[in-house]
Amino acid sequence: MSKQKIVLIGNGMAGVRCIEEMLKIQPNHFEITIFGSEPHPNYNRILLSKVLQGDTTIDDITLNDWNWYEENGIQLYTGETVTHIDTAKQVVYSDKDREVRYDQLILATGSLPFILPIPGVDKEGVTGFRDIQDCEKMMEYSNKYKKAAVIGGGLLGLEAARGLLDLGMEVDVIHLSDYLMDRQLDSAASKLLQKELEGQGMNFLLGKNTQEVIGNTHVEGLRFSDGEEIKADLVVMAVGIKPHIQLAIDSEIPVNRGIIVNDYMETNIPNVYAVGECAEHRGVVYGLVAPLYEQGKVLAKRICGIEGDPYEGTVLSTQLKVSGVDVFSAGEIFESEQTKTIKSFNDWEGTYKNILIQDGKIIGAVLFGDTKEGNKLLSFINKRADVTEYLEAEKGEEAGASLVATMPNEEIICGCNGVTKGDIVQAIESQGLTSVEEVKGCTSASRSCGGCKSLVADLLECTLGDAFSKSNQKEPICSCTTLSRDDVIAEIREKNLTHTREVMSVLGWTTSEGCSKCRPALNYYLGMVNPLEYKDERESRYVNERLHANIQKDGTFSVVPRMYGGVTNPDQLRKIADVADKYNVPLLKVTGGQRIDMFGVKKEDLPKVWADLDMPSGYAYGKTLRTVKTCVGESFCRFGTQDSMSLGIALEKKLERVGTPHKFKMAVSACPRNCAESGIKDLGVVGVDGAWEIYVGGNGGTHLRAADLLCKVKTSDEVIEITGAYFQYYRETAVYLERTSVWVERMGLDSIRAVIEDKQNRIELNQRLDEALSVLQDPWKEALNSDRILKDLYQSVKVPAGVK
Amino acid sequence: MEKTLQRIKVATVSELPKDLGKTVRVGSHEIALFHLVNGKIRAIENRCPHKGGVLAEGMVSGEHVFCPMHDWKINVCDGEVQKPDRGCVNTFKVEIENEDVYIVLDK
Repeated sequence: MSKQKIVLIGNGMAGVRCIEEMLKIQPNHFEITIFGSEPHPNYNRILLSKVLQGDTTIDDITLNDWNWYEENGIQLYTGETVTHIDTAKQVVYSDKDREVRYDQLILATGSLPFILPIPGVDKEGVTGFRDIQDCEKMMEYSNKYKKAAVIGGGLLGLEAARGLLDLGMEVDVIHLSDYLMDRQLDSAASKLLQKELEGQGMNFLLGKNTQEVIGNTHVEGLRFSDGEEIKADLVVMAVGIKPHIQLAIDSEIPVNRGIIVNDYMETNIPNVYAVGECAEHRGVVYGLVAPLYEQGKVLAKRICGIEGDPYEGTVLSTQLKVSGVDVFSAGEIFESEQTKTIKSFNDWEGTYKNILIQDGKIIGAVLFGDTKEGNKLLSFINKRADVTEYLEAEKGEEAGASLVATMPNEEIICGCNGVTKGDIVQAIESQGLTSVEEVKGCTSASRSCGGCKSLVADLLECTLGDAFSKSNQKEPICSCTTLSRDDVIAEIREKNLTHTREVMSVLGWTTSEGCSKCRPALNYYLGMVNPLEYKDERESRYVNERLHANIQKDGTFSVVPRMYGGVTNPDQLRKIADVADKYNVPLLKVTGGQRIDMFGVKKEDLPKVWADLDMPSGYAYGKTLRTVKTCVGESFCRFGTQDSMSLGIALEKKLERVGTPHKFKMAVSACPRNCAESGIKDLGVVGVDGAWEIYVGGNGGTHLRAADLLCKVKTSDEVIEITGAYFQYYRETAVYLERTSVWVERMGLDSIRAVIEDKQNRIELNQRLDEALSVLQDPWKEALNSDRILKDLYQSVKVPAGVK
Repeated sequence: MEKTLQRIKVATVSELPKDLGKTVRVGSHEIALFHLVNGKIRAIENRCPHKGGVLAEGMVSGEHVFCPMHDWKINVCDGEVQKPDRGCVNTFKVEIENEDVYIVLDK
């Protein structure tokens, strides 16, 4: 039998998803051709705002790469637009004069940004926010210009605005209504959102009707109906989308707002279907991702000739993808005379909840500040649950599991990646998965925004029963084992294990060789438990720690020599300058930790660079003490109350080289002005008159956290003693790769303080630390003194071309 | 089209530490050579299909290498990228004769 010819117009999420479903049902049954106007393979459009916000890159949001099309025998034409459909002959024609015949045709042309019909919108610098090209344009503008105006205070507009802020622009958001996201939020939640975003630096012009884009050829500003004007170099139109239906109109396929389809996504022309944002179903056009996936499934079954449930519409839910703001909305949100509500508002924590009830059923919900309940509420709304069921569920522990138990298998758990309950349960059962991480790895559920993690955990609980306990989400070290960090360390101590391979084989690892997660962790734990006898395993080290330099994206390395306390001298600086000249170091940069970083060194040159520098390694690559930043202190500063440089140098000399679960950064400031930024360090010391304050658990990185005051002491010696004990306690109790900011919250500051306050504990912790420190030497010298290390690790092989 | 093969000596077995990679440049090719823990030696292109990371510096576990840039897992025997990521790198044939390690290239 010859294959059925399928043509898909539109290479986006909805259409390609439908094709994927068809291939699942009937592989090798279709001859598929896809036309896409954009030059890219199918990507996750809803994550564009994350690209703009710098959280991910365009490459990382690709859903189906070129290989996927090839592997499935799909003929893909990108950068090519279908211009006409002859529905009688069943042929499509493209702008490159291509003709393709079809047996079945899927229209998935998506939508277009709605551009306001006002004068001046054709000027340079006006863009929508819809595709990769728009995204790239905004990034490019942010390099050249300062002021951006976003028209539209809905979901898309706010995500764009946040992205532009992250790109360093000043952003005005113009919105017609007095309330942001007025279609998804009630006025209370909307005001909370506004306050939060103003705090992030957005400026709002609400209740404003844009009348004209002003400027010559390029945008210079906006004029509103009340006569007011603002300046802008970039204008982003995010007032909405409209279904892209011109092709359907030209081809006489019936449309209203969108292409009209029935419950099986059929248009009224035989063998022509529509799916996604271009389709209008029961009078509704959807612009969010979850409905598209549901429609895709229904259509795939239809085309494959399988009896299936009709599509009956979707309850919409929204989650705003702006970092630091949690907003959720689903179903009906406007109160009326027929509705009752369950409301709670916590001004102190900035959380708000409003659940709408009609005839005893939950019909909608708005959450602000804490959206953990969002997915559960959506399920209640979807199954039109009785409000008593929700209130019962709120009380009981079993709520989550029993809720997911009643969901149908087709229900989508992960809206970002379109993963259903059935997919997840099947993966758990057939592949023996036991953790959220494993489910993520196998099915992609919770891989993008992470909002459905709690539902995935509930599904694990409900599928595995007693074998799964949420509190026992004692995370396994990695997917090679079910044992947690504590289990493994207990076994290492009890069975006297001495080698990573021994741990893996004795403790029943599922892979004989381990992976890039467990091997460095085991290497650390073994060394921590038995510092005197364990031989560090360089094969189980990440490249930076194996080679004692920082790898860069082009495969060259950077070199940071030690400068204790960030204090240097002419001799060191001259050496660094000479070495930089001699090896053509392309970039010298002063680091955040007060050191000098030499970038672009070739691997083969590393040993020579170290020999010429003749300085110890600065360990800028290590999970160990990185640097102790210091301020100038009493020696020069008129405010300094203490000798911060000497204390910083002493601390750095004492603690350097020994491995820690993750990097450890320190600082010593001589007064509360805190020039060394002790408040965002793993351990920061602040001098006050006659005493030192010790702060712990600070972090200036991804998870910004202000440090907590651990204690206040009189002398530098006491600082050193307490720091040593604290440092060792972290080494002994943290999970590998757990920063102190997370560790402190997990352990509780009070419990850590109780351990450190005990004199006997401090003595023992410091003894164990000193033992670990006693066997370490400078790794650069060690390499230079060993021909074996130099050959094994730093030499490469070069064979000139033409050698036989 | 006719292919000519070229066999090039690149190292001796004892020069290759186990469970580590070595960078080998042959003319315009940059190759990552791995001495696996089971004694086999395998060669793949020294370039991760994701962002071009140097695979020779990756951690080697059994027959897989983990790219040092973003931790993609790649089989060094067939060059296949492991799930959930996708792709493939070129592999090169390795021959061992009297402790000498040869790479076979299409010319």
